[in-house]
Amino acid sequence: MSTQRKAVALISGGLDSMLAARVIMDQGIHVEGINFFTGFCVEGHTHAIRKKDRAKPKRNNALWVAEQLGIKLHIIDVIEEYKDVLINPKHGYGQNMNPCLDCKCFMVHKAVEWIRAHDFDFIITGEVMGQRPMSQRRDTMPVVARESGADDLLLRPLCAKHLPPTLPEREGWVDREKLLDFHGRNRKPQMALARQLGIEDYAQPAGGCCFLTDRAYSDKLVDLWQARGEREYQLDDIMLLKVGRHIRPNPRFKLIIGREEGENRFLEGYRKQYVSLCPTSHKGPLVLLDGWPEEADLELAARITARYSQGRDAEQVTVAVRQGDGEERELTVAPMPPGEIPADWHV
Amino acid sequence: MNTKHIDARRLLCPMPVIRTQDAVADMQPGEQLVITCTDPGALKDIPAWCRINGHRVVETRQEGDDIIITVEVGA
Ligand code: SF4
Repeated sequence: MSTQRKAVALISGGLDSMLAARVIMDQGIHVEGINFFTGFCVEGHTHAIRKKDRAKPKRNNALWVAEQLGIKLHIIDVIEEYKDVLINPKHGYGQNMNPCLDCKCFMVHKAVEWIRAHDFDFIITGEVMGQRPMSQRRDTMPVVARESGADDLLLRPLCAKHLPPTLPEREGWVDREKLLDFHGRNRKPQMALARQLGIEDYAQPAGGCCFLTDRAYSDKLVDLWQARGEREYQLDDIMLLKVGRHIRPNPRFKLIIGREEGENRFLEGYRKQYVSLCPTSHKGPLVLLDGWPEEADLELAARITARYSQGRDAEQVTVAVRQGDGEERELTVAPMPPGEIPADWHV
Repeated sequence: MNTKHIDARRLLCPMPVIRTQDAVADMQPGEQLVITCTDPGALKDIPAWCRINGHRVVETRQEGDDIIITVEVGA
């Protein structure tokens, strides 16, 4: 009797990785999914924060795909290890702060560690040659295989016919003839294959699987590093980059201003770690100060906070300023007129 | 029977799922895990994770802002 071969599939939640896993399952291979949480993944987050979205939480697409396929999914927390990938990418960044090539090498490398620990035979991904400008090019796909240490244990079922045969193909564990030759940005072949396999519902392909491909998010990350004078971050920092309006009057501090009730509630949870402001004479947002504000900065922060409160047209607004240790005092200030907040303060 | 509790409050998905997964890895079939969290996304994600991995959601309830999910570890 032949041995049951086992593959782990990198599942992002999109259509491509779903198809790749399915194509290999259909060849009788036992497949389980793996999904990496870097802290920047689009799945879930901001959705859970905004009040209007709390009522109908979005599904986690990776879990949903695994359920559709009927496979197990292992979600791995790589927040700490990922810092080095983002801070020092050997191959640089894409259009924004997305280090896609290093990221792919890292994830496939983690998958190599995983198959060794769990006695699996090979790794599959939903990569399609020529689909992504950085990590899925003819010249970079071998880089991923080599630098991740996966070498010929890395099989990309959707474009395998454009690549040299991998070990699973050479050994006959999978039939190369039944693999695909997708190429380029045209997504029609994927959609046709989905139809053929009876897959009707799937997440629409987006620009990228993480916030690092987003321009506004990347700008906030760069601003944070510049202000701190070092390229470092904690999970709280990168979560807060997804929330609120960010205004930086000077390198010492920035304001993170809740834009609605859900964001205010989310920011509440950080009041022990940050100086926070909240109008008391009028309804208004909760504001966190990130950095090291000086005494004079507090008044400026209070005036900006007042500007975003319902007292924006009042002559004076009273704002409570609370330190992380709970010490609180009130400042009564004139709201800053909108025209006086320079455009370049908005991060 | 052993019951284990984890506090995943303020964590956003998928962190509550990851905490659940890591806790279950050290538990025996039949034991129960009680997860307290605040992200409503967990209401979908934890049951989905249980279904695909062969565990059972015994109870889901809400106490103020807290969402409390009890899971029975499968074989
Ligand atoms: S979009 Fe983000 S998660 Fe996806 S490969 Fe690029 S850096 Fe990695």
